[in-house]
Amino acid sequence: MISEHLVDMSRLQFAITAFYHFLFVPLTLGLSFILAIMESVYVMTGKQVYQDMVKFWGKLFGINFALGVTTGLTMEFQFGTNWAYYSHYVGDIFGAPLAIEGLMAFFLESTFIGLFFFGWDRLSRIQHLMVTWLVAIGSNMSALWILIANGWMQNPVGAEFNFDTMRMEMMSFTEVIFNPVAQVKFVHTVSAGYVTGAMFVLAISAYFMLKKRDLPFARRSFAIASSFGLASILSVIVLGDESGYEIGDVQKVKLAAIEAEWETQEAPAAFTLIGLPDQEAMETDYAVRIPAVLGLIATRSVSEEVKGLKDLMAEHEKRIRNGMLAYALLTQIKAGDRSEDTIAAFREKVDDLGFGLLLKKYTDNPANATEEQIAQATKNSIPRVAPMFFTFRIMVGLGFLMLILIGLSFYYSAKGTAERQKYLLRALIIALPAPWIACEMGWFVAEFGRQPWSIGEILPTHLSVSTRSVEDLYMSLAAFIGFYSLLLVVEMYLMIRFARLGPSALHTGRYHWEQPENQTQPAQAH
Amino acid sequence: MDYELLKLIWWVLIGVLLVGFAVTDGFDMGVGALLRLLAKTDSERRVLLNTVGPHWDGNQVWLITAAGAIFAAWPVVYSVAFSGLYWAFLLVLFAMFFRPVGFEYRSKMTDPRWRSAWDWGLTIGGAVPALVFGVAFGNMFLGVPFSLDEFMRSAYSGSFWQLLNPFGLLCGVISLLMLSMHGAAYLQMRTAGELRQRARRAGFLLAVAVAVCFALAGIWVSYLPGYVIQSAGDVGAAMTPLMKTVSLRDGGWLANYQTFTWMIAAPVIGFAGLLLVAVASLLNRSALAFVGSSFAVAGVICTAGFSLFPFLLPSSLIPDQSLTIWDVTSSALTLNIMFWVAMIFVPIILSYTLWGYYKMWGRLTTEFIEDNNYSTY
Repeated sequence: MISEHLVDMSRLQFAITAFYHFLFVPLTLGLSFILAIMESVYVMTGKQVYQDMVKFWGKLFGINFALGVTTGLTMEFQFGTNWAYYSHYVGDIFGAPLAIEGLMAFFLESTFIGLFFFGWDRLSRIQHLMVTWLVAIGSNMSALWILIANGWMQNPVGAEFNFDTMRMEMMSFTEVIFNPVAQVKFVHTVSAGYVTGAMFVLAISAYFMLKKRDLPFARRSFAIASSFGLASILSVIVLGDESGYEIGDVQKVKLAAIEAEWETQEAPAAFTLIGLPDQEAMETDYAVRIPAVLGLIATRSVSEEVKGLKDLMAEHEKRIRNGMLAYALLTQIKAGDRSEDTIAAFREKVDDLGFGLLLKKYTDNPANATEEQIAQATKNSIPRVAPMFFTFRIMVGLGFLMLILIGLSFYYSAKGTAERQKYLLRALIIALPAPWIACEMGWFVAEFGRQPWSIGEILPTHLSVSTRSVEDLYMSLAAFIGFYSLLLVVEMYLMIRFARLGPSALHTGRYHWEQPENQTQPAQAH
Repeated sequence: MDYELLKLIWWVLIGVLLVGFAVTDGFDMGVGALLRLLAKTDSERRVLLNTVGPHWDGNQVWLITAAGAIFAAWPVVYSVAFSGLYWAFLLVLFAMFFRPVGFEYRSKMTDPRWRSAWDWGLTIGGAVPALVFGVAFGNMFLGVPFSLDEFMRSAYSGSFWQLLNPFGLLCGVISLLMLSMHGAAYLQMRTAGELRQRARRAGFLLAVAVAVCFALAGIWVSYLPGYVIQSAGDVGAAMTPLMKTVSLRDGGWLANYQTFTWMIAAPVIGFAGLLLVAVASLLNRSALAFVGSSFAVAGVICTAGFSLFPFLLPSSLIPDQSLTIWDVTSSALTLNIMFWVAMIFVPIILSYTLWGYYKMWGRLTTEFIEDNNYSTY
C-alpha cells in the first residue's frame, strides 16, 4: 500500500510550490492589462508621462514576471515527477490543455515580453502597443487553459474509463473546453488578478502621493488603477464562483464544507456568517446565521435546497459500496474475463469505480473491504470543514474591504482630490497584501475543497502519487523552500527598492530624484 | 486518420519540438555556458546577455511546450520518465531557475559581486540542462531500471548516480559542447570586434570537439546491446507497454540504418553541419556558421531518435516493458485534436518569432550597452 507519509509530503510540496507560484501570477495577469491600458492612452494622447508610466510599471512587472516564469516551470514538471500515476491516469485529457497553453498562450506571452522590454526604439508606436496587448492577452489565455485543466479536475466531463489502457480517455473535447466550472473559475481568477494589479498600482501611487513626489505621474497611475480596479472587484464579487458550486458532486461537497452545512436545510438555506465547525460531532458551534442568504447565493432561487454534508456522505457510502463491485469486475476483466456480461456489468458501475478506489487507502483489495473500512472511507470522503470555512470567510472579507478601498479611490480620483485623502492613502498601503492573501485563500478553498480527490469522483489523491521514497520528497521540498525563499527575498528587495525610487528609475531626467535639489538618495539602482 | 499513422506523426512532432527547443533555446543556453569564458569585462558580458535578451524567454517555451506535448501525446513517457529520472529532472529545473531571474535581475544593481553571482547562475542555467539532457539521452540507449504493474503504476529501482555512467557522460559532453558551439555560432552573427573573434575561435574548436565525440559515441553504440522488438502486437490499436516482447542484440541500435537506409541522412547532416561550422567560422561567414550549427544540432538529435526508433525509453529491468512509440500514446481522439492544434499554431508561432528576431536584429557592441545603461540587461 502507498505510504500516507509519501502522499502527505507530495501534497505539501505541490501546495507550497503552487503557493509560491501564485504569489506572482495574479500580479502578472492584472498589471499586464494595466500596462496595455496605459500605453493605449499614450498612443492616443501622445503624452510622454503615459509612456513613462508604461516603462516604470513595466520595470516592476518584469521583476515580478521573472519569478512567475521561474516558479511556473516547477508546476509543469511536478505532475510528472511527483504525480506519475495521476499523469498516466488522466494525461489523455489533462495533458491537452497544458500543451495547448504552451502553443496558444505561453509562446505569445514570452515572445512578446522580450519585444515589450527591448523593442521601444525598434518598433513603431502602434507596433509596440500591439506587443503590449499581446503580452496581456497571452498571459490571460494562459490562465484560461490552466483553468480548463483545473476545472476538469473539479468536474471531469467528457471522458471515460478504458480498462485496456487502465486510464481515463477523452470522449468530447468541446465538453472539456466548455466545462461550466472552468468558465466560472476563469472569470473569477483573472478578475482577482486584475484586482491585484490595481491594488499594487494604487498602493505604490499612494506612497508617492503621501511623499508628495512625482504627483502628475502618481495621479494618472492612480486614476487608471482605480477605474480598472473598480470594474474588476465588482466582477470578482458579483461573478464569484459560488455560482459554479452546484455542478457535480465535488463542487456540492465544497459548497457544503465552505458553509459548514452539516444538515440539508429547507429551501432557502440560511447562511452561516461565522461559527466554529466541529468535524467529529458534525455540527457548528456558536453559529451566527442569516436566513435565506445561502440558498440565494448558491442556487439563485428560493425553492431549491442546498444539500448538507451528512446527506452527501450517505450518498458517498452508497457509491463506495457500488465502487467495490466495479473494482471486483475490473479485476475480473484484467484477469482475462472479457465476456459481454462482465463488461456490461462493469460499464454499468464504472461511474462509481473512483469511489471504490477510495478504499485503496485502507486495503489492497477494495472488493473485500470491511464495514469498518467502508465507514472510514465514507468519513474521509469530504474535506476538513474548518479550514474551508475560515479561509473562505477571510477571502470574502478581504474582497469587501478592497471593494470599499477601491470604491473610495475611484470616487476621490474622479473628484480630483485623491492626493489629499491621507487616511485612504495610508490604508491603501497597509492593505497592499490583501489581494495576495485573498487569492491564496481562494486557491486553497478550490483545491483543499476537492479532497479526497485529485480528479473529482474519479481518482483519489492518495493513488495519484509517484512511487518515490519519502526521503526524496523531503530533500526536494527542502531544496524548493530554500531556493524559493532566497529568490523571494531578492525579488522583494528589488521591488521595494524600485518602487521607492519611482519613475526616477527610468533616468529620463524628468523625475524627483533627478532634480538637483533632491540628490540626497543615491540613485544607484537601475 | 488511422491510429498507427497518428502514432507515427506524433513521434515526428515531438521530435520537431525537441529539435525546435535545441535550435532556439540551445543557442541562448550556449551563450549562458560561454558567458564567463568569452566575455571578460562587465560590458562584454552584457553584450552577450543582450544578444539573447529579447528572445531567451520565447525560446524556452519550446522546452515547456515539448514537455506539455509529451504529457498530452505520450502520457506514459511523461509519467515514467519524470518520476523515474526524478533527480535528473529536478537538477535541470533548479539550474533553469537561474535563467529568468539571472537575466532580469543581474544588471539591476551595480555591485560587482551581485553581477558576478548572477553570471555564475546564468552559466549554470545554460550548462547544466545541456549536460543533463545529453546524459538522459545516453541512458536511453542503455535502458533505465523501471517496471510497470498491471495497473500501470511505475516503479524505478535505480539511483541518480547510475545515470552518470561513461556512455551517459559522453552523451552529456556532446550535448554541452554542441549547444555551446551553437551559442558561439549565434554570437558570431550578433557581436562585433574582439568578442566576435573569440566567438569564431570558440565555434571552430567546439565544432571539431563535437565531431570527435559524436564519432566516438557512434562507434561505442555499435558495441552496445540494442533493444529489438520480437512480437509487436497490433500497433494500430490501443496498447500498453505490457503487450509485447523485446530482446537484446549487440549492435542492435544500428539495425534501423539497414532497414530504413534514408535514416543515414541524420548523422550525415550532423557531420556536414559540424564541418560547415568549422569552415565558416574560419572564413568569417557568421550566418553560414549558424546555419551549419542548426543543421548539426538537428542532425545529432535525429541520429539519436532514429537509432532508438521505435523505442523511447527501454527498461533495463524488464525489457518487454520498454516504452515505444506504439504503446505510450494517448487515445486516437486526443492525438487527432492535438495534431490539428499543432498544425494551426506552430506556423503562427514561427512567423511571429521570426518577426521578433527581424525587429531586434543587428550586431551589439559594448558602446551600445554603455549608451543604454538603464534599458538593457
